[in-house]
Amino acid sequence: MLEVSGLVKRFGGFKAVNNVSFRVDQGEILGLIGPNGSGKSTIFNMLSGTLPPTSGSILFAGHEIAGLAPHRIINRGIGRTFQIPRPFRKLTIFENVALAGFYGQGRHSRVKAEEAAERALAMVGLPTDRHASVDGLGAAGLKKLELAKALATAPKLLLADESLGGLDEAEMDQAAEMLRKIRDELGITIIWVEHIMGVLMRVVDRVMVLDHGEKISEGLPSAVASDPRVIEVYLGTDAETTQAAAAEARRRAGV
Amino acid sequence: MQAFLDIFDIYLLEAVINGILLGGVLALLALGLNLIFGVIDVTWICYAELVMIGMYAMYFMVQYYGLSYFIAAPFTILLVALLGALLHYLVIAPLLTAPPINQLLATGGVLFVLQSFATVAFGIDFRNLGIRLPVLAFGDMNFSYARLLSFLAALVGMVAVYLFMTRTFTGTAIRAISQDRQIMALMGVDTKRMYIITSALGGGLAGLAACLLVLQYDVHPFVGLSFGPITFLICVLGGLGNFIGGFIAAFVFAEIISLGGLFSDLEWGYVLAFAFFIVMMFIRPAGLLARRR
Repeated sequence: MLEVSGLVKRFGGFKAVNNVSFRVDQGEILGLIGPNGSGKSTIFNMLSGTLPPTSGSILFAGHEIAGLAPHRIINRGIGRTFQIPRPFRKLTIFENVALAGFYGQGRHSRVKAEEAAERALAMVGLPTDRHASVDGLGAAGLKKLELAKALATAPKLLLADESLGGLDEAEMDQAAEMLRKIRDELGITIIWVEHIMGVLMRVVDRVMVLDHGEKISEGLPSAVASDPRVIEVYLGTDAETTQAAAAEARRRAGV
Repeated sequence: MQAFLDIFDIYLLEAVINGILLGGVLALLALGLNLIFGVIDVTWICYAELVMIGMYAMYFMVQYYGLSYFIAAPFTILLVALLGALLHYLVIAPLLTAPPINQLLATGGVLFVLQSFATVAFGIDFRNLGIRLPVLAFGDMNFSYARLLSFLAALVGMVAVYLFMTRTFTGTAIRAISQDRQIMALMGVDTKRMYIITSALGGGLAGLAACLLVLQYDVHPFVGLSFGPITFLICVLGGLGNFIGGFIAAFVFAEIISLGGLFSDLEWGYVLAFAFFIVMMFIRPAGLLARRR
């Protein structure tokens, strides 16, 4: 479904992303992890069209999309959420989502947009009431709104950017479950970027690990979590989480 | 003494109502400018000059080609709307990420280009439509029919914009886009197209204002100076980009001008209005409706 090869992004002399290649298959949930500044967000920005790649190719459903404008990429079926929710505060919750439905599907139909908004809001568990204000939402609610906006654009591939930052344990599990539900019920392929390894490892089919703009490991969660290079990268910064994740993954793999 | 008071009250009421009528057109002008500023974050210094071009268009269509006023008006609105879109495409779009001062200077340059163009092309003669609208007598009070018509048309124009902004997805996107251009694009919105639409809308409002002002004022290349500055003051007083603030400020200014003119000459009305503006800038620098920090 998505085939990325030789992706490079240079900012002046700094290589934020250096020759990264990977593929995502239909119906898969791919985890993308790495420490701060490892190039995860840069890759997302290139996939969604916010940043043009310096070089490399991004094939989506067989078509080259590298360097296309963001609204064209959305219309081809790649939706995106943001690490820090960025709702339009002047608009109601419903307007935010319906707007994404109207323009994101590329069909520009009011009826279709409102239907998509209602479905997306119901899916993530937000009120479909048309007058509810964004200001009433907490951290978890804003994350749900981000997700609903992305779903309303009827994506085939969803780019979920660190969906769990700022959530407590229970909310984290809920959100992870939500991504699985989106894949299972709507058949949407997902790339999930995350700092927190633990929850991610339980949900994804495959993981890819980035460090300093390069891919250092890729594979099943259990294999990646015990990869010495991955442990080295995460040691010192996030060692406990990594070890917990590794233990968790081993436990699952042992079943 | 009693007789004097009676007459005075009548004049006062007349001035108040004339102020409201004047406020309608000023509010329309302010809305156009606020729309551009609020959405694109750019100030069209040359906004009043677009109105001037529209007034010339009305003049030529009505006086030269003999079109009826009501046929010429839609053409003028369309023409100035196109001009607004063109202004964005040629001048603003390349400067969208430039420092604000560059954008300001560029549109300031367009102001002089348009003024000079009008001087060369049309000369410096004062021209008018040659339409003399009657004066409405209401009891002892007199109102200009042209002002009444302008007020109503301005009101209809503003309501139309309001409905467009609240009832359509394009309007909804336009209302929200200034908050976050990047996210808007990631929701599938072609932001460049939104800006062109907004610019055309702002131009269209200038065109409508031109159709209304040409009923009351003679056209000449520098006519923009007689309502350009006051439009800016209104927008700033209402809080730049704040539609409702601009609407209220337009009527506040119009009343000061109209009532100030009652006690003395009309020019003193303007002096009072500007003085009021200067004082308000000290008291509420972020605009009438700004929340206190």
